[in-house]
Amino acid sequence: MSEHGSSPVIRTTRNAVAVELSGVHKWFGEFHALDGVDLKVMRGERVVVCGPSGSGKSTMIRCINGLEMHQRGKVVVDGVELTDNLKRIDEVRREVGMVFQSLNLFPHLTVLENCTLAPIWVRHMPRREAEALAMQYLARVYIPEQAAKYPGQLSGGQQQRVAIARALCMNPKIMLFDEPTSALDPEMVKEVLDTMVELAMDGMTMIVVSHEMGFARQVANRVVFMDFGQIVESAEPEEFFSHPKHERTKLFLSQILH
Amino acid sequence: MVNPNLDPRGYQPGGVPSRERRFRVTTWARANLFNSWLNAVLTLATLWLIWTVCWPLLKFLLIDAVWDGASRVDCLADRVGRDVGACWPFIGAKLPQLLYGFYPINEQWRVNLTAALGLGLLVPLLMPSLPYKTANAILFFGVYPVVGFVLLVGGMLGLEHVETRLWGGLLVTLVIAVTGIVGSLPLGILLALGRRSEMPAVRGVSIIFIEFWRGVPLITVLFFATYMLPLFLPAGWAINPLLRVMIGVMLFAAAYMAEVVRGGLQAIPRAQYEAAQALGLGYWRMMGLVILPQALKLVIPGIVNNFIGLFKDTTLVLIVAIFDLLGQLRAAFSDPNWAAPTTVATGFAFAGIIYFCFCFGMSRYALWMERRLNPADR
Amino acid sequence: MTEPGKAAPAAPGRAMPLADPRFRSIFFQTVLIVTVLAAGYVAVINADANLRAQRIATGLGFLDHPAGFGINQTLIAYSEADSYGRVFVVGLLNTLLVSVIGIVLATIVGFVVGIARLSSNWLIARAAGAYVEVMRNLPLLFQILFWYLAVLGTLPSPRQSLSIADSIFISNRGIIVPSFAFGDGAEIVLAALMLGIGATAALGMLSRHRRRATGRPLTLWWAAVLLLVGLPLAVLAATDFPIGIERPVLRGFNFVGGVRMLPEFAALLIALVTYTGAFIAEIVRAGILSVHRSQTEAAYALGLTRGLALRLIVVPQALRLIVPPLTSQYLNLTKNSSLAVAIGYPDLFAVFAGTTLNQTGQAIEIIAITMAIYLLLSLTTSALMNWYNARMRLAER
Repeated sequence: MSEHGSSPVIRTTRNAVAVELSGVHKWFGEFHALDGVDLKVMRGERVVVCGPSGSGKSTMIRCINGLEMHQRGKVVVDGVELTDNLKRIDEVRREVGMVFQSLNLFPHLTVLENCTLAPIWVRHMPRREAEALAMQYLARVYIPEQAAKYPGQLSGGQQQRVAIARALCMNPKIMLFDEPTSALDPEMVKEVLDTMVELAMDGMTMIVVSHEMGFARQVANRVVFMDFGQIVESAEPEEFFSHPKHERTKLFLSQILH
Repeated sequence: MVNPNLDPRGYQPGGVPSRERRFRVTTWARANLFNSWLNAVLTLATLWLIWTVCWPLLKFLLIDAVWDGASRVDCLADRVGRDVGACWPFIGAKLPQLLYGFYPINEQWRVNLTAALGLGLLVPLLMPSLPYKTANAILFFGVYPVVGFVLLVGGMLGLEHVETRLWGGLLVTLVIAVTGIVGSLPLGILLALGRRSEMPAVRGVSIIFIEFWRGVPLITVLFFATYMLPLFLPAGWAINPLLRVMIGVMLFAAAYMAEVVRGGLQAIPRAQYEAAQALGLGYWRMMGLVILPQALKLVIPGIVNNFIGLFKDTTLVLIVAIFDLLGQLRAAFSDPNWAAPTTVATGFAFAGIIYFCFCFGMSRYALWMERRLNPADR
Repeated sequence: MTEPGKAAPAAPGRAMPLADPRFRSIFFQTVLIVTVLAAGYVAVINADANLRAQRIATGLGFLDHPAGFGINQTLIAYSEADSYGRVFVVGLLNTLLVSVIGIVLATIVGFVVGIARLSSNWLIARAAGAYVEVMRNLPLLFQILFWYLAVLGTLPSPRQSLSIADSIFISNRGIIVPSFAFGDGAEIVLAALMLGIGATAALGMLSRHRRRATGRPLTLWWAAVLLLVGLPLAVLAATDFPIGIERPVLRGFNFVGGVRMLPEFAALLIALVTYTGAFIAEIVRAGILSVHRSQTEAAYALGLTRGLALRLIVVPQALRLIVPPLTSQYLNLTKNSSLAVAIGYPDLFAVFAGTTLNQTGQAIEIIAITMAIYLLLSLTTSALMNWYNARMRLAER
């Protein structure tokens, strides 16, 4: 197995590697969604994944916290290999936060309850402590005043920021973002991206599926291009945008940058 | 920086077919039926349950069934010399009564003709792709009831008069269900409009009417029609028992129909009302030309579901001594000529198949129509 | 009749008063009310004349008259000498009995089948689907008569009855199960049972409080088992078993002891449960399906286990959609229990609108009272439902 040319080669301790996928395959019936994906993400690294729809980006990111099970290959997250063992998957999910494309806050709980749910039931945190923690993260995404409202009363952008706060309340080591802005109205995209940039500045390990190329340029250490279930190209943003190597990448960039 | 491992041809769609892509019964069963211990146990338990229900049923209905015979003795295990299942000659002997009651045999062609006419008008009405819907609807809802009445009751145009007390079986079931649904439609539409009216008295009367009939069981309605209604009419006005029941069923069905139609009216966007008013249409023209045609089309599945309910509920008339299919069946059980151990079960099997085919067929149609009307839903 | 405030009062004889929308509205409403009142008046006049002609008594006096007929299942003491008023109460209690038991069982059947329809096990999902289709598409009365005539009616006589472990006997006279026999000191055991239930509930509250304060609940199941089972059993043994089990015994042509379930009751109950259960199954299925998969995924992604995700995320959201139609199914079951009259189970409808009406001929009073009871049930239920819906509505922008 070869190394990814662009990633800074730090192979000293196992813990320095946050996520490692090797030779991962996944089928949906006839459809070959992941076709031998290799990806290594270091602690503190920020990787942006792009590619046309149906290229396997979402499937890949969902394999990292076991929302989809890969059928061949190896997925290791924070030193834990994901297998059929449900205990292990739960263990990984506790350390990995995820923000989805669809606005999926729990509509029957208030914003505050959305944020305290997992700390209370999974981390067994006392309610008061959980609420204090949640308020702290809600303040960080600039909506502490909405804590008592229900998700249905918020705008899409606000909901997505609550979703980020909700994930952060579990103190995750890694954050996964699955097209967090693509379901939003254009004027709300910026507020969510700004929150993500601040998170990146704090040194969070992030894997972001996104077509926001401005965001990629600003915060990514590495941009990965996927097509037909494979990683076609992987490079630093500067390199990726100015000198794409592969024909498919060039075509994709020409389509998306206009 | 391209991963050097990558073969440029590798991501062509449809590469080498893999093991996982081929469909195999064993793999499928392992993935869907035996993927855990619990599931395997549940699968086996279900298989056992299906076996214990279906095998005796099959044995009764077909394998052990008696197909020929003239009376009960042909369906006795002692006579036949083996286990006896369904006694189909019993159904054969009782079939005319189960279908027509005691409608004179020489006149039964009138019932068949009425049924054929109804089917001929109803089927094109239910198929959205066929043209002339308005003419078709007028024929079915306006002309057909008159023709059907003349054909079935007779007493004019050279047709012999057939009293309704001779009617029975599936004929009565269908007559009550069809008149119930056809008659309840106009009343239901009026009630639905009334419930959405801005006039408090109209709204109030509509709401009381609808909630009253929806709040009581159908059997109380049938008792009301049978025992109470005659008391409210002037002395000497005798109403035909079948007609009494039909009036009760119609009032009952109208309340449910009103709620279905109201659902359709609510689904029509406000803009449609405003556009119609902007064209200067009055209330009745707005409703008749713009709103109702759209709303009624939306509620076809609801109307069909109402009809299924009514068709099933028609069985209740046997409690007030009207002999529908089920009532006629119960009467047939008491024939000593056919008193064999399996005749009762045979009768239920036969009636069950008829009810199931009618209701299941109609519910599939309603489902199909529903999907056709809002394809975005699925 | 023009309004004083109108700018141009219509000249008499020229403008149609019907063209004024306000006048039209009042006119229509007046006509409607007058028609309704007139119809009511005519009905009352006719009824009065008819009742006089047929010499039928009026008023509710008949409720005090002796009924003179027996009832084969009574939850309260009843004899032929009791009044029609008591018949009414006996019937109402029988209706409530079959409805309450039916509702509990239909809920269980409905939830099991509804969840089975969503099973990932193909066979179970299909079997549950077939059950629902068969039950929903056969008339309820058909099913009641089927169980009564084709199944229970063909059972052997009590002497040849089928028995399960020599304590449950099934025959054409009904199903007989063992009953409890209470001796001296039974109250102490019952009190111990109550105490156990109370203490378990108190522990549950304590545990919830603990969770709020520290994040971890108490481990309770062993304490609950001890309190609910151990304590009553210990007291039972200590007081020398004052509560025993009485098995039915065949004496002559019938059984002595035990509790007998009438075949009419059994047929009605089985049919109501299997029929309503199919409708509840569809409601449960729709409710669970309405909770989008992304909700479960979001819960998993937060590290919630399957059980917790179901309990905290899926069930609360599904219940909002399930409860209102579920209640109307409960109401339907109660209303449908009136079909008892077809097989002679002595429910409210059978003994009151059936036998009592037959004997007294007072159709108007009896049918009105019967309708009023069912109407009262319906209106109470829908009022409760409106209250529930208003409370449970999700806040939206």
